[in-house]
Amino acid sequence: MQQPQLLHEEKVFKDPVHRYVHVRDKFIWDLINSPEFQRLRRVKQLGTSFFTFHGGEHSRFNHSLGVYELMRRILETFEGRIQLTYEEKLLCLCAALLHDVGHGPFSHSFEKVFKYHHEDWTRAILLGDTQINRILRRFDEEFPKKLAEVINKTYDNKLIVSLISSQLDADRMDYLLRDAYYTGVNYGNFEIERILRVMRPQEDGIVFKFSGMHAVEDYIMSRYQMYWQVYFHPVTRSAEVVLCKIFQRAKWLFANGYPFSQEPVMLLPFLQEKVELADYLALDESAILFYMQLWRKEDDPILKDLCARFLDRNLFKYVEYNPRDFRLLAELKEQFQQAGIDPMYYLEVDTTSDLPYDFYRAGEEEERIPIMLQMPSGELVELSQKSEIVQAISGKRRFDYKLYFPLDKVMALPGDLSRKIRERLGVMEDA
Amino acid sequence: MLSRHAKIIRLIEIVGEVSGRKKLQKMVYIGKHLEMDFDERFEFHMYGPYSEELTLRVDELCNMGLIDEQVESKGAIHMYRYSLNETGRDFLRFHEVDFGLGEQAILRMNEENSRFLELVSTILYFNHLPYEEMKGKIFTFKSKQRYTEEEIRKGQAFIAELRSLVQAGGTKPV
Repeated sequence: MQQPQLLHEEKVFKDPVHRYVHVRDKFIWDLINSPEFQRLRRVKQLGTSFFTFHGGEHSRFNHSLGVYELMRRILETFEGRIQLTYEEKLLCLCAALLHDVGHGPFSHSFEKVFKYHHEDWTRAILLGDTQINRILRRFDEEFPKKLAEVINKTYDNKLIVSLISSQLDADRMDYLLRDAYYTGVNYGNFEIERILRVMRPQEDGIVFKFSGMHAVEDYIMSRYQMYWQVYFHPVTRSAEVVLCKIFQRAKWLFANGYPFSQEPVMLLPFLQEKVELADYLALDESAILFYMQLWRKEDDPILKDLCARFLDRNLFKYVEYNPRDFRLLAELKEQFQQAGIDPMYYLEVDTTSDLPYDFYRAGEEEERIPIMLQMPSGELVELSQKSEIVQAISGKRRFDYKLYFPLDKVMALPGDLSRKIRERLGVMEDA
Repeated sequence: MLSRHAKIIRLIEIVGEVSGRKKLQKMVYIGKHLEMDFDERFEFHMYGPYSEELTLRVDELCNMGLIDEQVESKGAIHMYRYSLNETGRDFLRFHEVDFGLGEQAILRMNEENSRFLELVSTILYFNHLPYEEMKGKIFTFKSKQRYTEEEIRKGQAFIAELRSLVQAGGTKPV
């Protein structure tokens, strides 16, 4: 059985959310110093949110360290309550630290256009020819595989999986607190210390002491607010739309033999759909921004316009859209086409939806694992049975639809044409 | 533009009616493995591969009035049935979706029950593992379903059958 290999002196990272991130295990320290983990410094946690909340420039590196620190504290509170081996503890800590290691630049837009899932890259990094894999194998040849299973939720120990992935896990707790801190909003705050204190391990997952219910309620409400006020902010979504269009245009141009003034070397594997792990790891947000700088000087009018819009924050405007009104969309597409504005790149419906909390209903095929409260008698009760606040939002889906378009381009059209399109869009003012 | 929605509506149109949320989930997951262009992200959950995005999308389609949802109670079990309505058909006229030969696979999947499709999707989820390991995972995670080794073999044969249906003409669906 492996014994912990401790650093001579504990390392600490100053952290604005958790105050300090403590590292004593050499294994963890080595993982943090691996090039694949350091790459996360160059991938923003919130993608394009910085266009809306200028403080939201923090990276996936910050977040990953934060999740690790929360996990470390959770394991501390479990001491004496459950027996975990060193390997199990290490699995928890490594899963917390590395759960996002496969994220690429501007993940959501990039994944959508180039059709891959970052989870597959996380797995490839853990199991492939990487520094991280070599470090993990120092513990045990099977350790990388076990870790991939924990992150993939297919590991046999449900408690370990639920710590990193459930409706109240270390990942969500860190990103809500961290994103709220960096964006400067108040919504995401909740009493983390209290939640950690009332967390109790069980064979099938974690439960929370009934006395801590209000802290859990606060967390659920924070999550609800953060999604609608920060993550789904329409300006952020507009930047995402423009970004997607840039990638789509670059892909289309490449497929049609467009002679880029400078070959997009780092993007070639993606454009050619032959991406190796090394290609993936080489790409970060600075590379994407570099190509945008080049592309804003390209001859292709659409690519150059979209890149300039993104870099200069001249984003698309939006109006509320009724998704049942698909005839309107068809008409608008036609009008845009006639006006010489390609609707493929300049007209987009964006939908957002969220389910703040849900529980398993007997007899139904829902799959969310509920948050359980431990009553003083020891009985376990699902959260919404005791909390009226949570019950009010349980299982409630909310949807939002917006239609994005470049108002400046529409305004620049000859008077009658511009008026007709603006009439259809419902934007008669110069807003 | 709303193309993700259109793909789900088209799937329902092809089969006429999908019985059960789980069945729809598994059909889309298996479809993705057959290179059909579904966009939903799946994770491993209680009933095997599951997509919360898909759950939300189906709710959304009901909310938009494009598909009809009927709930049928059989004792403690609630069964959801999904079918396309006139508005949904109208919607599809504005959104081109072509699964190509994938349509045959969709029809074939719909002939099976959700329990079997749950097994098939779980086999696909652990397809990267050697057979014995994959079998072990199924027996561990699906112990309540009490799948037999014979059923696992049948599931593998079914996957091969679906692949041959999709690959028959060699065209990739769009």
